[in-house]
Amino acid sequence: MITLSHYIVLGAILFCISVAGLFINRKNVIVLLMAIELMLLAVNINFVAFSRFNHDVAGQVFVFFILTVAAAESAIGLAILVLLFRNRSTVNVAEIDSMKG
Amino acid sequence: MELSTSILLTIALAPLVGCLLAGFLGKQIGRVGAHSVTILGLLISCGLSFYVLYQITMGGAPVYNHNIYTWFEIGKYTATVGFLIDRLTAMMMVVVTFVSLLVHVYTIGYMADDDGYQRFFSYISLFTFSMLMLVMSNNFLQLFFGWEAVGLVSYLLIGFWYKRPTAIFANLKAFIVNRVGDFGFLLGIAAILYFLGTLDYATAFSAAPTLIGKTLTVTQSTQWDAATVICILLFIGAMGKSAQVPLHVWLPDSMEGPTPISALIHAATMVTAGIFMVARMSPLYELSETALSFVLVIGATGALFTGLIGIVQNDIKRVVAYSTLSQLGYMTVALGVSAYAGAVYHLMTHAFFKALLFLGAGSVIIAMHHEQDMRYMGGLRKYMPITWITMWIGALALCGVPFFSGFYSKDSIIDAVHESHRWGSGYAYFCVVVGAFVTATYTFRQMYMTFHGKERFKVVEHHGHHDAHGHDDHHDDHDHHEQGVLHHPPKESPWVVTLPLILLAIPSLFVGMFTVKPMLFGGWFGESIHVQSANNVLEEVGKDFHSWWQAGLDGFAQLPFWLVFAAFMMTTYIYLFNPSVADKIKSALKPIWTILDRKYWVDDIYFAIFARGGVALGRMFWKGGDAAVIDGVLIDGSASTIQRIASGLRRVQSGYLYHYAFAMILGLILLMGGYWLIGQ
Repeated sequence: MITLSHYIVLGAILFCISVAGLFINRKNVIVLLMAIELMLLAVNINFVAFSRFNHDVAGQVFVFFILTVAAAESAIGLAILVLLFRNRSTVNVAEIDSMKG
Repeated sequence: MELSTSILLTIALAPLVGCLLAGFLGKQIGRVGAHSVTILGLLISCGLSFYVLYQITMGGAPVYNHNIYTWFEIGKYTATVGFLIDRLTAMMMVVVTFVSLLVHVYTIGYMADDDGYQRFFSYISLFTFSMLMLVMSNNFLQLFFGWEAVGLVSYLLIGFWYKRPTAIFANLKAFIVNRVGDFGFLLGIAAILYFLGTLDYATAFSAAPTLIGKTLTVTQSTQWDAATVICILLFIGAMGKSAQVPLHVWLPDSMEGPTPISALIHAATMVTAGIFMVARMSPLYELSETALSFVLVIGATGALFTGLIGIVQNDIKRVVAYSTLSQLGYMTVALGVSAYAGAVYHLMTHAFFKALLFLGAGSVIIAMHHEQDMRYMGGLRKYMPITWITMWIGALALCGVPFFSGFYSKDSIIDAVHESHRWGSGYAYFCVVVGAFVTATYTFRQMYMTFHGKERFKVVEHHGHHDAHGHDDHHDDHDHHEQGVLHHPPKESPWVVTLPLILLAIPSLFVGMFTVKPMLFGGWFGESIHVQSANNVLEEVGKDFHSWWQAGLDGFAQLPFWLVFAAFMMTTYIYLFNPSVADKIKSALKPIWTILDRKYWVDDIYFAIFARGGVALGRMFWKGGDAAVIDGVLIDGSASTIQRIASGLRRVQSGYLYHYAFAMILGLILLMGGYWLIGQ
């Protein structure tokens, strides 16, 4: 029997993987974007699971919104990435530190 | 007939109009325009002053006391501009405008080559306006306005040749020393407002008796008598303005200014403002024996000890300056023994003969091409007879030789001091009597050194050197030619210079004879001067007074005259017949000579304590307060502290996105953990 907690644990695991992806990754900005996407998906899983178990469609409607926004966000993120690469000829995270104080 | 307001306003404002025209339109109206417009203003003012004096004295005009304009209101206090014209004021107005008019005329000759011609006329007219505001005032605030305004003009005129460092030093000194006095004066006015609730003369004087028994609580156990506090504070103001010991140091230095203003401001009028003020405040001073004793002792000290300095001076103007200090001391002594009329009377005669002496000295200075050192003069009498005769008249008046104006005023002061039983009057009597000898000594010495004896200058005809030789301002010229060498023989000054001398010699000679009886003993001043009957020493003196003729003859038999005569004999022998004696006396009395030459070290002490102390204090605040605390700790300190904190915090801003993300998540966890803990 798959219970609610299985879904939540799955969401939490996915979230942790994506956080780990953010922290551990030192190489590639694209991986960072992917990690952020994964983080959103982890949230989506939680939404769907709660929606299903609470018999409330609102959660699933939210998922669609999030997916749409995430698509737009990754489009912008990739555009920024392209510009970044054009200007600095690299996508290496360790080299992008112009915000350093 | 009541005096009309418009006449009084014209008297006060005519010089101001002249001042503004000469000052702001000086370039447009030119030199002739500048002196014409200011002299016209003064003529109007002087003529109307005589008219006012006539109306008040003969015409039976009542005392004029009206407010003309409301200056401002603060709470219950209303400051007004108004005039109080009684006999005291009318006399002062005549003295001020008359001397000022003559000085204006004299200036045409004296400043003929000066670049600041228009500016000078503007200043002296402004001075006349300020002085008139001072004497005509009917309240303390307006008095203070005039008081400060004359001080300002005095400052401007001492530093008239502002390119000379000595002039700048002197005017700064005068200004600062006067601030000390004005501080007391302002406190005195504040005390009057505090105790009497008004600054109007008439109201304050009628309320003055309520001061008796009132005290000012300084500490729990110290109570000061209100009248004494007020009077001493006001007198401190007079000490500054009238150059009384120990605030006298500015007056000799003020001789750095052009000679006409030495005559007008630093001899005849402004410096006597303090004397006038105390006489005006007589209803207050009569309430405090202590304050009057204070006045007496200060005045007596000045009368004798500043006169002594005059004996060792070699600068012709400085001799007259120290003589002014000494004569101001006489006036103050008269105030101190409640002989206010005597003080004001001496003020008047002194204004004439001292202005005469100063203008005469100026005439000599012109003739000597701006040599002021008497050691390079001598024998000038045959070159400039008018100056010589008029100055002798002034000198004899100053010495108090019978029948000259100075005799009547000075002798009655000495007699009044003799009659007085006030604390300190013994000391004062000694000072004024010895002072008579001292006065005669330095006056005759000055006259002999200047006009008599051998010529101690050489005349070297020099081609190509123009006669249009500048005045004092061309000081540089003198550095490269030898002292005591003239390029032209000295000659009598032009008529614009000699006319004022003659016009001043006349009152110096005659004014005493005609005015002594009414003004001193006839109660001429009436209500304007208030003396308690127990203190009325002039009345005692007046009992022996019958006529000016009788008094003059009696004068020959009295001690002061014989002292003057002794001084005359002594100086005649030393300076006319045996000049080497002077040097012998000088070397025999070397220590005393040094004391006098150093002016009792008062200047040096002030310089060491106040000037250097002020600089040291300023340096302490600058280095310690400003540079170290404010700049070092507060401004640079806060900046560097923030910089230090920031350089620590800067390490947190690594610029790596994942560090920020980590921080966000850490923050989120902490936040949620916090909520959870609170929820527990």
